[in-house]
Amino acid sequence: MSAIEIAGLEKTYQVGFWRKRPKLALKPLHLTVNEGEIFGFLGPNGAGKTTTLKMLMGLVFPTSGSARILGMQLDDPRMKAQIGFLPEQPYFYDYLTGRELLNYYAQLSGVAAKDRTRRVGEMLERVGLKDAANLQLRKFSKGMLQRVGIAQAILHDPKVVFFDEPMSGLDPMGRREVRDLMEQLRQDGKTVFFSTHILADAETLCDRVAIINQGELRGVGAVADLTASVQSKVEIVWSGTALPVAIKSLHAETKASGETTRVVVQETQQDAVLEILRREHLRLISVTPVRTSLEEYYVGRVTPPGANGAKAGGLA
Amino acid sequence: MNIWHIARNTFREAVRDRVLYNLIAFAVLMSGAAVLVGQISFGIERLVVVNLGLTAISLFGIVIAIFIGIGLVSKEIEKRTLYTVLSRPVQRWEFIVGKFFGLAGTLVVNTFFMALGVFAALLYVAHAFHKPDAWILVALYFIILEFVIITSLTLLFSSFASPIMAAIFSFALFVIGTFAEDLRGFAAMTHGAERWLATGMAYLVPNFSALNIISLVAHEQGVAGSLIFYNTAYAMFYAAMAISGAVLIFQHRNLK
Repeated sequence: MSAIEIAGLEKTYQVGFWRKRPKLALKPLHLTVNEGEIFGFLGPNGAGKTTTLKMLMGLVFPTSGSARILGMQLDDPRMKAQIGFLPEQPYFYDYLTGRELLNYYAQLSGVAAKDRTRRVGEMLERVGLKDAANLQLRKFSKGMLQRVGIAQAILHDPKVVFFDEPMSGLDPMGRREVRDLMEQLRQDGKTVFFSTHILADAETLCDRVAIINQGELRGVGAVADLTASVQSKVEIVWSGTALPVAIKSLHAETKASGETTRVVVQETQQDAVLEILRREHLRLISVTPVRTSLEEYYVGRVTPPGANGAKAGGLA
Repeated sequence: MNIWHIARNTFREAVRDRVLYNLIAFAVLMSGAAVLVGQISFGIERLVVVNLGLTAISLFGIVIAIFIGIGLVSKEIEKRTLYTVLSRPVQRWEFIVGKFFGLAGTLVVNTFFMALGVFAALLYVAHAFHKPDAWILVALYFIILEFVIITSLTLLFSSFASPIMAAIFSFALFVIGTFAEDLRGFAAMTHGAERWLATGMAYLVPNFSALNIISLVAHEQGVAGSLIFYNTAYAMFYAAMAISGAVLIFQHRNLK
């Protein structure tokens, strides 16, 4: 069974004060997310990720199209009791303590009174906020707010969890903890739908990803399937400024700076270049992957024809 | 149940954001007035204390109702705190109604403590309570009805206008509503289409003048039971209409 079914969801905003004009935020989107998978929703800033999430959460109304979560309409309270949502850069009632906030959300989510205290305590411990449970949120750091945000999203044991940029504002340790938490959710049989523009996270975690740009779906599928046709690149650096003719003939991007020369080639050409360097008695300094294959695929999907890939990609 | 949770949280926010600090200002005002009145007026101490006390309660409450009310919805949207509420099994109308009861509850508690101050000042100047003092309770009840109306109107304006515009609209309606009886009298003097228009406008603005019996009770005069019934029904109906309007607008609003 599908956890999320999106059928032609579209959003156009009316902008301007006097003369309203339509601004397309999302072109008709068709997407299915299976139960129990971690699904990454990728795209640069302003691509339409948050608009999609807001429509799924019932915060913004679609111009046309429809969607179902767990087979239910978006405004069905029974469905809403079974989903969790972490907005981008969350801000919470800062006059409440962490414990009070989670208790409030537990009440609104319909967690039974007899289970509430225990559940809130467990969540605080799970996100590492047990010691700050009685501290007002106005004294929380950005990372702590993100943690309490995650806690409120999974507090009521939802079947589907939506995270909008969950790694945003977290240090490497925090990011790793969130990744572990998502893995844990998958093991518990939950469906996780998260938006991000950090591709490394998506590649590590996701069963499937969708790439969206300028309000349009550009690709969807398993990471391995999407990247099957994409060649990864490697940067090879050697000592000296000599550029062997055999390497030159590869028509690869080369640059000599100071006492070193570097070339960026397809991963499949790596062995050939290393062989040339060995033959020419040039001293190898390093071999570094330039982009993962998902990045290559992503850049290919979000870059307008003729534009510089990295610039248009908006990679973090 | 959601309405209760949201109302409770709204009340807690008002208390923690030190809204009830106005009680200190009110206590100082009433103590100072009682001492001053005791020294400079003779025979009209009760009149001055009741007039001053009830007017101050009304004004303090109106200011709080408007200044908190204008942010009830817009602040939640601006700070995005609403997102994690409405993504739960909470209906939009429950949110609006919960916010209304939270603020109305705050104002009732506020009025209760300020009323204690008025009665303490009254006891200080008159040395004892008398039977007509009971009418002060009716005046306080009408002041609460005023708050109910102004809170619902502020909520209505805040559901579509910016906080500044919502504050201006609310204050304007409060001032116009204070002269509602005069407006109705003026409408009665006009003729033809003008009369229809003026009467319609006069009945559309909230009739705060009917809810103001401060001068009456200060002069130890009683209040008819029918007025209590009429005012209660009027305030409830007016507030229900305004809240319904707020719900209707908010129900279709995109939370960008």
